[in-house]
Amino acid sequence: MEEEAVDVSKGVDVSKGEAAKGEATLPGPREAGAGAAESPGEPLLVVEKLVKHFPVKGGFPIRRTVGAVQAVDGIDLTVHVGESFGLVGESGCGKSTTGRLITRLLEPTSGSISYRGRDIAHASRKQLAPIRSEIQMIFQDPYSSLNPRQTVGKIISGPMEINGIDPTGGREKRVRELLEIVGLNPEHYNRFPHEFSGGQRQRIGVARALALEPKLIVADEPVSALDVSIQAQVVNLLQQVQKDLGIAFLFIAHDLAIVRHFSQRVAVMYLGKIIEVGDRDSIYKRPRHPYTHALLSAVPEVTLDGGAEETGRERIRLAGDVPSPISPPSGCRFRTRCWKSQDKCATEEPPLVRLSGNRPHHLTACHFPEAPTTEAREEDIVLDPALTALEEGEG
Amino acid sequence: MTTVTKEPDDSGEGAFLSVRDLHVSFTTEDGVVRAVSGLSFDLERGRTLGIVGESGSGKSVTNLTILGLHNPMFTTIDGEIVLDGQELITARESELEKLRGNKVAMIFQDPLTALSPYYTVGRQIAEPFMKHTGASKKAAWQRAVEMLGKVGIPNPKERAKEYPHQFSGGMRQRAMIAMALVCDPDLLIADEPTTALDVTVQAQILDLLKDLQQEFGSAIIFITHDLGVIADVADDIMVMYAGGAVERGTVHDVLRSPQHPYTWGLLNSMPRLDSDLGAALTPIPGTPPSLLNPPSGCRFHPRCAFQGEVGGARCVDELPLLPPGRGGACHLTAEQKQTIFVEQIKPRLR
Repeated sequence: MEEEAVDVSKGVDVSKGEAAKGEATLPGPREAGAGAAESPGEPLLVVEKLVKHFPVKGGFPIRRTVGAVQAVDGIDLTVHVGESFGLVGESGCGKSTTGRLITRLLEPTSGSISYRGRDIAHASRKQLAPIRSEIQMIFQDPYSSLNPRQTVGKIISGPMEINGIDPTGGREKRVRELLEIVGLNPEHYNRFPHEFSGGQRQRIGVARALALEPKLIVADEPVSALDVSIQAQVVNLLQQVQKDLGIAFLFIAHDLAIVRHFSQRVAVMYLGKIIEVGDRDSIYKRPRHPYTHALLSAVPEVTLDGGAEETGRERIRLAGDVPSPISPPSGCRFRTRCWKSQDKCATEEPPLVRLSGNRPHHLTACHFPEAPTTEAREEDIVLDPALTALEEGEG
Repeated sequence: MTTVTKEPDDSGEGAFLSVRDLHVSFTTEDGVVRAVSGLSFDLERGRTLGIVGESGSGKSVTNLTILGLHNPMFTTIDGEIVLDGQELITARESELEKLRGNKVAMIFQDPLTALSPYYTVGRQIAEPFMKHTGASKKAAWQRAVEMLGKVGIPNPKERAKEYPHQFSGGMRQRAMIAMALVCDPDLLIADEPTTALDVTVQAQILDLLKDLQQEFGSAIIFITHDLGVIADVADDIMVMYAGGAVERGTVHDVLRSPQHPYTWGLLNSMPRLDSDLGAALTPIPGTPPSLLNPPSGCRFHPRCAFQGEVGGARCVDELPLLPPGRGGACHLTAEQKQTIFVEQIKPRLR
């Protein structure tokens, strides 16, 4: 056991890009886990027609269900073994709910979630128990997701305790190894969360998620609560963990640049639906859905030539906010903010299909797709009435 | 080209807003937190100064100080803040009250907590206008409706009668902007105004602020942690770290040839939509220092990769000064900076 010393530099200095040796850093308490190890590329998680509606109560004196927040409304997605899959969208689009459904912190209204061939959509606590250790979650807020009254050692060994796992060498040794992997000092075993900075806390959250050697980690906005200089540290750590340990990630975030950096495949959500999904290059370089175009053009970017106006990117300014998911628009849900909307969009919901010109597995749900480029247009698309008025006033 | 500052020892005369050698510290149970130490800058009318920095760098404290919003029991403020010829640090509370919402207005990060849930949006916008201009209730309401229309709220006449909870996030922020601009302020302080918003809404709000500035001609201090946002809205940049400015200049100069290792670190650690995917990000090592006990010398030295280039213990012992105008507060020589930037930093940015 003693010779199993973990290379300290590996956990801390991610920039050196030491690949491989991943297996060495995670000597398994349960060798290979249950079942045979899958080869990369096979589907690990298959979600079909997943729906989650939250009831809205109202009325007096008897409170009845008067409607439903259609947080997730029929999405299909597949995460393969060892893959990092990104889920982007604005607040309220249902991306976090999707994450919580997959980890079964919520029970879906309908649809199936199939993990390695077993449908867990409505599995009971007992049925879920063996699977829980294989699907772990990293939360957004490193402050509220760690119990302030427990030591770091207790927090990280918690999952092992619950699942009754006794790694060789004991839980404490294993926790110290995990601390090293995530770039913390193993001496911090007995400290409390308040003694750590936000970035360090998020590392503790990562160590906890790794404790059971999961096959899939759902990371819900894992870096958005952190400072810019710290974000990169945590993103690098996650990326290293993902590569070295071959863990599949469902990476949920609103920051398009970080998702692009982290994910091989990306799905864009809008009001409970996936409106476009494909490999990273397709989504970022050859997007077809107008909403994907609008999202990409809205990201403020540093231009190294000094903030010059001519960036060569298209400029699209939508009007208003995302509509309420309680009564989403009929047909295509984006049509109320879309510049290409026609009658057909209101009556017919566009299916998520491969359009002509798309690469394989690049699916788009739009009746009137855009040209596959993010180059600047001849004229900007400005739908916001205040902006149009002000800009016309100038001219 | 206009520069952000004149000589730091210059009285700042002529500038619309001039902050000289500002020190702000708070007495806490754990000791004295030196939130801002020795900060100087100027701002001209009609220009936008973007202040970037991480949490705890002193960017918000500086701006609350301009408005005199600190609890005097626990705060020590030294230095000079002159707004249009009026000294603000020594000003009486009654004088400051005349300024707030009138000559100087503020937009906060979270519009839901900054708006009162008990009053209609229209009333909240009309109130400062009534107070500062002495307008009648009716005239002020008219003005509120007009402002709501200007910031792009559909059907402003009806919406003015609604309460903040009936507005969406983006509309609340628009209402905040309407409230801030209702008295036609000369200085607008926007503290992370788009951080809580979605990207598509953020883009609308940033464009709106830019366009409104053209119309109203206010000077804007724009505080954010996002360099991309700064590049979009600001004319000048000031980068803050651990309570002091480490670099400043026009947006063009700072982004084209940044002069401080911290700015390099910020640029390097951000993924971009067109950055190289093969490489890992280059984070700034370590964490921002505690301001209870800031590092000696250059405050960035414990996280700086280029200390060795300076040689000796200069970075540890001596606080580098921020040169007047364009420049960075660093002991590296101009040639060293140029070589390091061109050879080590710039290639990673593409």
